[in-house]
Amino acid sequence: MNLWKQQILAIMRIDLAKTFFSRRGLWIYALAFCPAVPMLGLLLLGRGQRQLGDDVQIFAGIFQFFFLRVAIFFGCVGIFMNLFRGEMLDKSLHYYLLAPLRREVIVAGKFLSGLIAAIVIFCGSVLVQWFLLFIHHGSILNAYMFSGPGLSHLVSYVIAAALACIGYGSVFLWAGVRYRNPLIPAAVILVWESANGILPALLKKISIIYWLQSVCPISIPAPRGPGQGILALLISDINPAPARVAILNLLLLAAFVLIWAALRARKMEIAYATD
Amino acid sequence: MIVHREPEAIVFENVSKFYGETLGVNKVSLSIPPGITSLVGPNGSGKTTLMNLIAGLLQPTRGSIAVCGLSPGDPERFFRTVGYATQYDGFPRGLTGWQFVHGYLRLFGFSPADTERMAWEAIDRAGLREAAPRKIAGYSKGMRQRIKLAQAIAHRPRVLVLDEPLNGLDPLARAETIALFRDLGREGSHVLISSHVLHEVDLISDQVVMMSQGYVVAEGQIRGVRSEISDQPMQILIRCDKPEYLAARLFQQEQVVEARVHADRGGLLVRTRHAESFYKLLNHIALNGVQIESVAPADEDAQSVYEYLIGHEEPTK
Repeated sequence: MNLWKQQILAIMRIDLAKTFFSRRGLWIYALAFCPAVPMLGLLLLGRGQRQLGDDVQIFAGIFQFFFLRVAIFFGCVGIFMNLFRGEMLDKSLHYYLLAPLRREVIVAGKFLSGLIAAIVIFCGSVLVQWFLLFIHHGSILNAYMFSGPGLSHLVSYVIAAALACIGYGSVFLWAGVRYRNPLIPAAVILVWESANGILPALLKKISIIYWLQSVCPISIPAPRGPGQGILALLISDINPAPARVAILNLLLLAAFVLIWAALRARKMEIAYATD
Repeated sequence: MIVHREPEAIVFENVSKFYGETLGVNKVSLSIPPGITSLVGPNGSGKTTLMNLIAGLLQPTRGSIAVCGLSPGDPERFFRTVGYATQYDGFPRGLTGWQFVHGYLRLFGFSPADTERMAWEAIDRAGLREAAPRKIAGYSKGMRQRIKLAQAIAHRPRVLVLDEPLNGLDPLARAETIALFRDLGREGSHVLISSHVLHEVDLISDQVVMMSQGYVVAEGQIRGVRSEISDQPMQILIRCDKPEYLAARLFQQEQVVEARVHADRGGLLVRTRHAESFYKLLNHIALNGVQIESVAPADEDAQSVYEYLIGHEEPTK
């Protein structure tokens, strides 16, 4: 095992424990698993009253409107921005900066720690939600999963959640390295991502949510009637990109942003008093 | 001052650091040889800035720094040579003392067996074996200082940079820590310490660097620095059997500025502008019936030199 791998693993041992078991991170668990609460309610109270097709639409709606745009977005803000900025506020970042570590290795180690935590939490939540929403269908679910598109849908949702963690995670890690107050760029990104539905076709593609929606297996139809103006902000009507292209683009975006963050980290100074 | 890239020295070449428009340090050119060097200066004089520049936590606005020929821009080699205990009281959340030192050593890529052995050695040297399994969040200030010291020495660096390492230590721990510094100095390490306790600077240091308002105002061995302060007469304490008589004799001499009988009447304090000729004169007087027990400089210490150069400002960090 070469030195960089050992160093990255050593960073991950410290940072994973902090991310998973920190009391400060409890709200991220709450955010990730809050969609499971109404699903548990439906399971307990509404057994046998819904068709499978209804549940497929409910899951798609919750995943695209809440889980990707709110839960994973803010969860990644909490996890990835704190990797550097949180340690700057705790006055503990110098621990890594005084070790024989290239700054690029620190960025890689911290990103992977955040990514593993985010994927475990959010992809785990997808699986729990799926189970709670569909379990009551019994033999119909079996047919949907193993003879129909159910399993590939579930895999697509898990991949979309993981890609959201990679995409938003890389951007928020960069913001944490680059800005003293990274909440401002996070707010700008939130507005941009939220307005994706009303942007011209070309501009839609300069976002993470467009590519994530392209990975989702079910398109949500544009709503009709009252309230469509507000929902139009969230719903993209353009043709989604092929899933492979979307995955590749998201990975390339993350790689580009991480390289930028690593270059920026080389110039990072410890000036706790001013942070 | 001309500075050469000496392979065993900490070398600053015309280094300046500005925080926006605020001066950190300015035009520092220094060459610090191995041994124990104390960095002394009042609050805001630039001591911590200088140390952070050495360790690469800050980057100079101008100039360059080399530690044993290495630059912090090459961290993989640099931090195998340099250990730094900062003044920052922040630790990665949730770690025990053991995890703090052990986790740091893991970043060096040592084998698991070596990592464990070196971690215990460092913790033992810092006197924290019993407290090592406890979380750092529950440590006293002195224990936190010692675990930082353990971390800084754990990989056996040739250069040790310590920012106020004695702060918060009880007297016994202070004595043990000073003994540890001396051991490290004897082993040929660089030990660069910032301290505001000037009598400890005298005890610890082979040389001093004095800073004021971002500038280095003096560097070298205390005696050498003192001898260069020509505008302040040298103070010499003479222990003898006839201090009043000796004072009267000396006061007639041209090179003596002041001669004062000591409060215990067992000697006198003399101030002179020409120490060399004064010592010759003293030999002559001693041959004429005065029993001289000892003659010693009274202001060749960090406190006096500090007061001459920087004034009476409290030398805190």
